[in-house]
This record gives sequence, structure tokens and C-alpha cells, in this order.
Amino acid sequence: MSSTIAFEDALKRLEEIVKELENGDIEIEKALELFEEGTRLARICAKKLSQIERRVEILKKGENGEDTLELFQNLDNDGE
Amino acid sequence: MDTIFNDKRSILSVTELTRSIKSILTNNFFDIWVRGEVSNYKTATSGHKYFSLKDENSLLRAVLFKGYQSNIKFELEDGLKVIVHGNLDLFEKRGEYQIIVDYIEPEGKGALQLAFEQLKEKLKKEGLFDTEHKKPIPAFPETIGVITSATGAALRDILNVTRRRYNNIHIIIYPTLVQGEEAAKSIVDAIKKANERKEVDVIILGRGGGSIEDLWPFNEEIVARAIYESDIPIISAVGHEIDFTISDFVADLRAPTPSAAAELVVRNKEELIKWLRDRYNRLIILMDGIIEAKREKFSYYSFEKLSREFEGIINQKALELDDLSKDLHMLMESLINAKRSRFDTLIAKLNALSPLETLTRGFAIVEKLPDGKPIFSVNQIFISDNVKTILKDGYFISSIKEIIKGKSKTKTNSGDLTS
Repeated sequence: MSSTIAFEDALKRLEEIVKELENGDIEIEKALELFEEGTRLARICAKKLSQIERRVEILKKGENGEDTLELFQNLDNDGE
Repeated sequence: MDTIFNDKRSILSVTELTRSIKSILTNNFFDIWVRGEVSNYKTATSGHKYFSLKDENSLLRAVLFKGYQSNIKFELEDGLKVIVHGNLDLFEKRGEYQIIVDYIEPEGKGALQLAFEQLKEKLKKEGLFDTEHKKPIPAFPETIGVITSATGAALRDILNVTRRRYNNIHIIIYPTLVQGEEAAKSIVDAIKKANERKEVDVIILGRGGGSIEDLWPFNEEIVARAIYESDIPIISAVGHEIDFTISDFVADLRAPTPSAAAELVVRNKEELIKWLRDRYNRLIILMDGIIEAKREKFSYYSFEKLSREFEGIINQKALELDDLSKDLHMLMESLINAKRSRFDTLIAKLNALSPLETLTRGFAIVEKLPDGKPIFSVNQIFISDNVKTILKDGYFISSIKEIIKGKSKTKTNSGDLTS
């Protein structure tokens, strides 16, 4: 599992893992595997949280007719 | 009767008679309004629509040519009571007269209201509103798409809410028209574009409040179908809380306003960190419990073996946990630090504005006695007035001996206390 996993999916998977472990009747190998995956996911999520920055973009038609994303210039005080 | 057999009788051809009637009809019955009930309604292959208008005693044939159909937002159906506008005309080949309709409104309620109800009923029957088609809204989207006007109140509200709640979100705006004839098409294009580009986790589609006409694009069938076909979940947020549109019914979720839509998809960062930490702690507790349970179960014959096997693994996990704990801790700390530095700046600004700060730089405040009013000008005082001079560490009372008007440059050694 790489760090390119979507944040949403990582959180969902983490929740699933917690649920699975809550079912106490589980093979120890399986439990360890889940535990390892869970801690890795928690780490990825924590890292992502610290990395994501606020960015507001707008899709515009460029000069050559291609769609391009441009930074959105604030309406009033956005981008403070 | 005689005239009929008179040699001078004038005989008309069918065409001549028909034309004559036609001329009387068209010259006298134009720009008319007629009320009646629709019956025998059908659309010809040419696209023109034919029907009859009837009441208890009479029947009038009517035609709605294709070119006028865009004026009429609702669907005609048999039994519908309507008021139509048009001109009478006569179809010479059949000798039948009919009304050429250019406008229809339903009797009793607004045309748009009727159109709304009809489309709602139609799409409901087709299953476009069924809950099993609704896609779940992601709880923690990384990127949010917004389909609305780039200059509208809805966008401003959404940006404000997202900034307040979670400053680290990525937003992509797909600008569209949100009212007028072209708006529906523009919205459909934006939905399709977002689906082609596949860069957002959820879409907020909406606009600010307005009249039913203003909100109309969100009641158009093409918009409803585009929402239905979108692979990206769509939250519809049109107008105010009391406004319901077809988009609201077909969307995966309806939000009462654009601000509310933003609040639904955006989590507070602190909440997220707390959530993560809770899950993480839970993992540890659960794993501990599982290991403990297994250990007890097998302890009577293989405790030694088991503990040897797991000791290494557990130790390593413990190290990893410490690490992650630190990560979470640092994240929390950096958040707090950011807030603290903002606070410090504010305090510094406040200090700079405080008169106490000025006193420490060697200036003084001079007040007139006995009322203690601050003195800004020599015009406020007279010889032998008493004044109170406040310095950073105390004050003294003095009496005015001399008043010199003019610039505040010091002319005597006594020093000028006003700043």
C-alpha cells in the first residue's frame, strides 16, 4: 500500500481494520497483519494532513482552447 | 329563393368561398385568448403538436408548431385545463379552421409550477430519485469541485465556510451560468467536464437564492439527467432552505444552502487529528487485548514459545507506535504554534497602540485640573491653571506660568511636555 492511496480510502480502511480487530475471535497472524496495516495507514493520514494546503483553482479555457486550471483570484478576502 | 334561379346569380368556386371565409376568419380572430380543456393531444412525426380544445358544448382544433414549443415549459396532456393564445386560420384543403397556438398557460397554477410537478413525476417514475442510485458522499474529500457562477454569492459562501473549517482543502471551481436560457446547457457541460477530468472527490452544484425563474435551470431535464449520470457524487445546493428543485431530488444529497453543502463535506482539521488518534489508540488497545487473550489460551503448554515468538514483533511495534505518537504530537503542536504566533502579533499591535507604551518612550500625558481632561492644545489652558503631568512611573501637579503659542519646538529649558 503506497502513500498515493486516497485520504478518504485510507480512513475508511483504518475504520474497517479497527472493526475487524474488535472481533476478538481472530487468528493472531491475521491480527498482526491488520495491526501493521492500520498503523501504516494512520501514519500516512497524519502525514497527508500536515501536507495538504489550501488551494482554490478555477477551470478556464486557455488561449489555445485547452482547459487549464488557474489559481482563483479572491472574490473578497479569500487567500488570506 | 328567386335569386338562386336568377341568371345573374354569381357562382363561387369552393376555393373562392373558402378563401373568402379564411379572410374573414383571419382578419377578425387574431391575437385571441381561449380557455378550454385539452383532448386528442398528439405529436406528429413533423414535430408539430395537434390537439383540440373543448368545453361542455364546443370543440376547437388547435396546432402548436414546433417553432413555438420552446415557449412552453410544461407538457401538454389530455384533460389539462389551459388558456391558449394564437390566431385562427383555415386549412383550405380540408375546409377546417383551427387556432395556431403560440403560447399556452395552465389554468389555476403557474406554468413553471406545473412543469416542475410534471418533470418530478416523470423522473420519479423512471427511478432517477431512487435511493439505491445515490452515491455515498465521501466523509473526508481531499478535493472538492464547485459548479456555480464564478462571481456568485454561492461560491463566496462556500469559500468562506471551507476557509473557516478546514483551511487545507483543495477546491476546483467549474464556472457556469446559473440563470437564463443558456444556463442548463452550461451546467450540463460543467458536470460532464468534471467527470472527464476526474480530479475531485465530490461536487457541490448550486447557486444563491432567487425567483423560481432564476432557479429554473436546476429544474431542467437535461440537468437532472447529467446529475444522474455523474460518477462523482453531487450535492445539490440551490437557493434557500425553502427552495426545492429537481436537481435536489436527483442529486446524491440535498443541502439547504451552498454554505450548508460546504459544511457537510469539510471536516475540521483538529477533529480529523483527534479522529485519527482515537482510531490509533483503539488499534493498540485491541492488539494488546488479542495478544493477551491468545497468550492466556496457550499459556499452559507453550507460554515460553509464544512469548519468544512475539516479543520481537511486539517490541518493534512499540517503537513504531512511539514514532507515530510523535508525529501526531508534532502536528498538533504546529497547529497550536501557528495560532500562538498569530496571537503574539495581535498583542504586539495592541501594545503599539497603548498610551502606556508611549510613556515608556519618554512622552507624557498632560491633563487639566480639576476635571482631568487631556490637553492637546495651548488654547485649552490659561496662566495659573493647574495641570497634572503623567509619566510612566507617577505624576506631578504644576501651575502654568507662561503660555507661548506657535510650533511645539522647545524655546525654554523647562521642556515641552505635550507630544
